[in-house]
Order: sequence, then structure tokens, then C-alpha cells
Amino acid sequence: MANSPMKERPLSPHLSIYKPMLTMMMSIVHRITGAGLYFGMALFVWWLFAAAHSQGYFDFVQGFIGSWFGRLVLLGFTWALIHHALGGLRHLLWDTGRGFDLVKIEWLARANIAASVALTLLIWIAAYVAR
Amino acid sequence: MVELALPKNSQVGEGKIWPKPEGASNTREFKVYRWSPDDDANPQVDTYSVDLDDCGPMVLDALIKIKNEIDPTLTFRRSCREGICGSCAMNIDGTNTLACTRGIDEVDGDVRIYPLPHMPVVKDLVPDLSQFYAQHRSIEPWLKTETPEPRTEWKQSHQDREKLDGLYECILCACCSTSCPSYWWNGDRYLGPAILLQAYRWLIDSRDEATGERLDNLEDPFRLYRCHTIMNCSKACPKSLNPAKAIAEIKKMMVERRV
Repeated sequence: MANSPMKERPLSPHLSIYKPMLTMMMSIVHRITGAGLYFGMALFVWWLFAAAHSQGYFDFVQGFIGSWFGRLVLLGFTWALIHHALGGLRHLLWDTGRGFDLVKIEWLARANIAASVALTLLIWIAAYVAR
Repeated sequence: MVELALPKNSQVGEGKIWPKPEGASNTREFKVYRWSPDDDANPQVDTYSVDLDDCGPMVLDALIKIKNEIDPTLTFRRSCREGICGSCAMNIDGTNTLACTRGIDEVDGDVRIYPLPHMPVVKDLVPDLSQFYAQHRSIEPWLKTETPEPRTEWKQSHQDREKLDGLYECILCACCSTSCPSYWWNGDRYLGPAILLQAYRWLIDSRDEATGERLDNLEDPFRLYRCHTIMNCSKACPKSLNPAKAIAEIKKMMVERRV
């Protein structure tokens, strides 16, 4: 059999047929938010750069960030940051060998989502109140 | 490498819809992945209607009934029919499991059956596991010792023996490894959950004297560290083992031996 010509075998379906699992989704969202943070950091640096540049340029950047679109981006950035940070804590817990039983991994995933949304809202409410 | 789409020769088409059994009132549709090396057709999904009033309770019972009574060309592996051999591992209703221990009544609606994901298909539901077995061999899954062999057996305390619980029960069915997206994308270099659980089974064995050598062999960005705790493995395991935890324990051993 080793030398017989073999017909090319098809690859069995994977992503398209696998049932979406919450923990699997959380893993991919952790990556996406992580990548999003690069973008958020660039935005932050842009703002700092503008402040160092000139009053006029700072006003322009401030105007963009303060627009409804800019705020929407910032809201997304806040959520991505917190979601990713909490995800990092989950990974830290797993690195100690804890939090692996099936009930706990599900609970941790749900808690991560709930806490990231709640903290994001809290920060934004606090920001608007403090203004 | 991450490739979300299937290669051209692997894309799945609509298959044959087999006639319903006559006079049956309690039927269920089984949508089963088919591919044969004997023609040039792409894989397809055939639909079979099975009379549940005249069929055993498990998905494997239905597959055997289909093969016996409807379509003898349907190909799948099976042996023990009680969850100890691991032969009938396949993707049922979107998750990897053993056909012999998954009840038909545990599935809502049509029963969709595919081979284990992201594997070369030999025929229908039979995947080629050669690479999986080669990877198992690569971790040298046997007792390795230096001290002279005792006159009787190698002894082990009750506590040390308990450390093997949750590990020795692995039947190497490959449900976990083929549920893992990381194994899908990097299965050529990442060992995957089943093999890493096996590796840990020997690392933690008090009688084994090659712990350092075994860890050296795993200290690699791909072989071990492609595990990103996605957890599909632990959710899929039909023996309720926890490969993700075993992998975490190996990662811990890597750190502990350095400090």
C-alpha cells in the first residue's frame, strides 16, 4: 500500500459543521479584541501626538474623537480593553491549573461577557457624570 | 495554517435522498457525509429515513440499520458498541463523540453525521488517523526507566496511582484532537489534546524516570504551546476526561522545572 498511487483524499468539513461553543467564541473574540487594541492604541497615540503638535491640530483631533462616530469608536475601544483584560485574568487562572471543569469554564465565559459589558457601561456613565 | 474554506475537491454537495420506509410512522432523517475513492465525485450528504420503532436507541444502531437494510455501501468504523474502543468516533449533531454512546433522542431534529473534522477522508465516515498515531508514537507512550528492573512489579503508592485517574481512561478516539481549531490549523506540528493528555499520563507517572527528557521533547512553540484553552477538547471527550487541564498541568511543569 505504501507505494500504490493514492487518490487525493478530501478534507472533512470543520468550522462549517462544528457547533458553535461559547468558549470557542470567547477565544476568537479574545483575539479580535486583542487586535482591536492595537488600533485603539494608535488612536490614543494620535491624540497625544496632536496635543504635542499644536493647538489647532489638537482641536481637530479632539473634534473628531468627540464626534458621535469618535465616541462610538471609543466605546468599542473601552469594551475591547476590558473584555480582553478580563479574558487575560481567565487565562491567568487557567495557568495555575484551576477553572477547568466544564461547569466553571462555562460560568467564567458568561461572567467575562457580563462583567465586560457592565464595567464598560459603568465607566461611560461615570465619565458623563463627571463631565 | 488557518484556512477557513475547504479545498475544491472537499466541498460538500447535496446527495441522494433515499426513500422513506413504508408503513413507518416514527421516522427520523439521518444526513450522512458520503465520499468514495472509487469515482471522481466530490463528497455529498445523503439523507436516509430510519424507522425508530424498529431501531436501537443509539446513533450507531441507526448507522448499522442503514447499512444492513438501506445502503450497504455506507462505510464507518465500529467495534465494541459500548464506548471503550473509540472506533466509531465521528461528528454527530455538530460535536465530536462516539456513535455508540450518543442516543438518537439526544439530538433535536435531523441527525447530521460527518467524519471527524479536518481530517483526510478514506471513505464516508472513516478518517485517516495515520498522523494522529504517529504523533502518539512521538511522545513514547511507555514506561521509561533507568534503575534496574525490580524482581516483581514496579510499585506505586495509592496516592501516586490516583494521579493517573482521568488520564489512563483515554481510548484515543481522537474526538478531542479533531474538535480543536488549533489542531485544525496546525495539526502538522501541534500534538493536539489527546496526545498531550497521553504525554501527561507518562509525565505524572511516579514510576517513569524520563520526565526531564519528555518535557524537553514538548518544549516547543508548536508541539505544546499551540493550546490556547479553547476548551472544545474537554467538551467533546466522550469519556468525560479533561485534556485542557492535562495540557495546563504540562505547562505548569515547564514553569516549575525552571524555578
